[in-house]
Amino acid sequence: MIRDTTLGSKLWAAAIWFLVGFFVINLFAMIATVVTSSFATRWLGTWLPVAFTTRWYSSAWSEFQLWDILMVTFQVIAAVVIISGTLGITAAYALARRDFPGKRLLVLLFLLPLLIPPITFGIPLATVLYQTGLAGTFWGVVAANLVPTVPFVILVMIPFIEQIDPKIEAAARVFGASTFKLFIHVLLPLLLPGMLAALLLVLVRTIAMFELTFLVAGPTSTTLVVALYYAVFAAGVRAVQSIDAMAVIYMVTTLVWLIIALRFVNPTQIVTRAKQQPAH
Amino acid sequence: MTIALSQFDEVRLDRVSRDFGALNALRDVSLTIRRREFIALLGPSGCGKSTTLNCIAGLLPVTGGAIWLDKSRVDTLRPEERGFGMVFQNYALFPHLNVRQNIGFGLKMRGKPKAEIDRKVDEALNLVRLGGQENKLPGQLSGGQQQRVAIARAIVIEPPLVLMDEPLSNLDAKLRLEMRAEIRRIHNELGATTIYVTHDQDEALSLADRIVVLRDGVVRQAGTPKELYEAPAHLDVADFMGFRNKLQGKVVGSDGSRVVLDVEGARISGVARESLSTGAAAYAAVRPDDLMVGEAGQNAIAATVDTIEYRGREFVGTAHSRGGLDFVFRSHQSVEPGSPVHLRADDQRVLVFAEPIQGRQ
Amino acid sequence: MDALAPAAPVEHGPSLRQRLAARGFDAVTLLVIPAAIFSLLLFVYPFAFGFVLSFEPKAGGDWLANYRRFFSDPFLYDTIANTLRLAIPVTLLNLLLAVPIAFRVRLMRRQRLLTTILVLPITLGTVLVAEGLLNYLGPQGWFNRTLITFGLISQPLKLVHNYWGVFASLVITGFPFTFLLTLSYVTGIDPALEQAAATLGASAWQRFRHVYLPLLMPGFAITFCLSFVQAFSVFPSAVLLGEPAGVTRVISIAAATAAFEEYDYSMASAIAMIMGFVQLGIVLAVLASRGLFYRGPASGAKG
Repeated sequence: MIRDTTLGSKLWAAAIWFLVGFFVINLFAMIATVVTSSFATRWLGTWLPVAFTTRWYSSAWSEFQLWDILMVTFQVIAAVVIISGTLGITAAYALARRDFPGKRLLVLLFLLPLLIPPITFGIPLATVLYQTGLAGTFWGVVAANLVPTVPFVILVMIPFIEQIDPKIEAAARVFGASTFKLFIHVLLPLLLPGMLAALLLVLVRTIAMFELTFLVAGPTSTTLVVALYYAVFAAGVRAVQSIDAMAVIYMVTTLVWLIIALRFVNPTQIVTRAKQQPAH
Repeated sequence: MTIALSQFDEVRLDRVSRDFGALNALRDVSLTIRRREFIALLGPSGCGKSTTLNCIAGLLPVTGGAIWLDKSRVDTLRPEERGFGMVFQNYALFPHLNVRQNIGFGLKMRGKPKAEIDRKVDEALNLVRLGGQENKLPGQLSGGQQQRVAIARAIVIEPPLVLMDEPLSNLDAKLRLEMRAEIRRIHNELGATTIYVTHDQDEALSLADRIVVLRDGVVRQAGTPKELYEAPAHLDVADFMGFRNKLQGKVVGSDGSRVVLDVEGARISGVARESLSTGAAAYAAVRPDDLMVGEAGQNAIAATVDTIEYRGREFVGTAHSRGGLDFVFRSHQSVEPGSPVHLRADDQRVLVFAEPIQGRQ
Repeated sequence: MDALAPAAPVEHGPSLRQRLAARGFDAVTLLVIPAAIFSLLLFVYPFAFGFVLSFEPKAGGDWLANYRRFFSDPFLYDTIANTLRLAIPVTLLNLLLAVPIAFRVRLMRRQRLLTTILVLPITLGTVLVAEGLLNYLGPQGWFNRTLITFGLISQPLKLVHNYWGVFASLVITGFPFTFLLTLSYVTGIDPALEQAAATLGASAWQRFRHVYLPLLMPGFAITFCLSFVQAFSVFPSAVLLGEPAGVTRVISIAAATAAFEEYDYSMASAIAMIMGFVQLGIVLAVLASRGLFYRGPASGAKG
């Protein structure tokens, strides 16, 4: 908290803010390029396009069959959120409330898929899924996406459950609540904020999860981000603006959920996971 | 003793101000600290006492005024150039350094030779009675031991001024009394000059040579513990010094050296501490110790007993008057809750204050 | 007499259920089982399966044939060097930028706006960043146009379809990640420690060197590892923004090619295992050096 007022420290501060500004400006300029291009009639060798149009959105919509892709994307996300929520929260509850031999090993097992990049474990996983015939199907994509999201929910929820005083549960039992009633009337309301945060983060991460979906998706189970990859990969086949229109649709889908998520979580949580769980 | 604190004649705060945006945390605080004095800055939280200390240490820049160490101006210096020793509320020991390294940190930063560092650290360890603990990490020490390390670390750099920011607030009651005595002993042995921030008037009264009471960033009163205890200058200082009974009334006249108030029809006379004019609203302040159950008449007010507690030699009770004033009083005999009593105080023991200025309450 | 005799005490030890409960196994513990089975099935088993499969070459030959092929074919083994040439400089640059910026941002009141902006590229993901940079850094893009307008260059710089395109995309997605991790470590340190060091005569540099750095070193090591592992697994941007047949033919491209173009899952698994081992090796090396530093609470002991 010590602020220096010497010239040297002012120059140092200025240099740092310059770097931050440079990064942020380039980031926004990059996003603005995509958005501008998606509305451009023709844009070659000038600062701004010749004129603006919205027709690329309708052409992208039909060319890339975006309706189907969006449907698949949302179904995959819904399945991933529901399953990882169920598996993750129950496991987090057990890990937060009980101490048993092998617990540390189990936590490590749940930590690994978050530390190892998806492409590393995705290739053997895809191999297994191809052998079992799941790859290429809807459930294959869901299964692959669950590998990092179940541990993610567990690790976000453990500290959240730990800070709920077990005495509250004991008190409910003393007043005669059954296990089911305990869950519905006591635990669920207490866990809701944490669950909401964890599941929103899962949602945002799943929309953007490229590698795992790419490795196991088939023609009928492609999500938006993978479709975007293929479109950019085959650039030249379609108009650049059409691809950019698709990219904007992808961005909007992601950002809507990001904005919703940020009402409930701190931005740093998206990266640092359980580290900055706010204490209620 | 080779820990010889650098000496000087006085530290002077000259109309020091500190604003946080629109908030004036300190307003024109002027204060002179003489060599070897133990000064306590006392006040409720948010009164500006810690801000004052941080401004002296250089952790917060002042926004107005100046701080002088004899003839040299120090408020423009960075904290590391001032060389004042500081003890923090949570001790702020470096968790990665052992006790010896923590204490030697300041000397090492000054580039002192290793032999000198070792010798001085040993002496500081002896002074705070931590022999045998020097290789432990702070996390392995008890609260009281951490406190001793923090003090040793601050004094080993031989500072002209030792600053302490509520150093006892994290200790339990028993340890607090013990460390209070230790702090005074170390102050005396070194001949140090100490500024000590606290919100606990007992601590201030027992430790300090002089107490400065702050409120809303303004010095309300400065004086010896005896002066403050016996003759607080304002109602809020009196409140801090244990005058828990505050009887609101109106000035009806004066009687020699005493001023007479009308409090709910009763005549209460006491010593005026502020200038008062007839007809003005005023408060008569009395300590619970000085408010006794007695007979109706001079300096007595009718009240109904609410609770009564036995405290060994006597009883302490609470009561309320018809007009809604609350009292804490002392009694030699038990009185039944609900029974009417007359509470009276010797007029020498009653201090009369003007109504506090609005917005300052 | 017999009737009055107390029933012979039967040696009832605690039941199995009680004994298990005493060690922490009861109905609540069982809740962990579905997730554990799931993890074994979809994470541990595939890894083990891939590991075994990598020793069963598709084309026949002895069990090490895949690995021998990888390390004898420059087109394959060069991918490790290609990936390291991208991942190590990018990770170091990101960390070197993140540390001073985190120290500055720590003092900010309104951190949330900046952290929100920085989280954007992470949430948008590598594919979108690659697509955006393709336009933005291209010869007709705004970046080159701006440089030419300011007279800094006369010819557009070639920034896409080469090393620098991938480098830029790794900075855009990697820097926010590194920064946010660093920031959470830096803000975890009690500011009173720095104040204490200052009152003890330590200059700004000494405070960083003797207080912050030793306390942050473990955090920096973990940040480096996580950022490095992310950069090492670079894939979509290496294809879209780089030169996937040349300098940016990274190891994940080699693995994906083996799997999806040659349908040689055995070779693909071998490459994935090699990729995992290189990552593990670097991470272990960094974490082992971490043992040299202080580990423990950075909050100034107990309050």
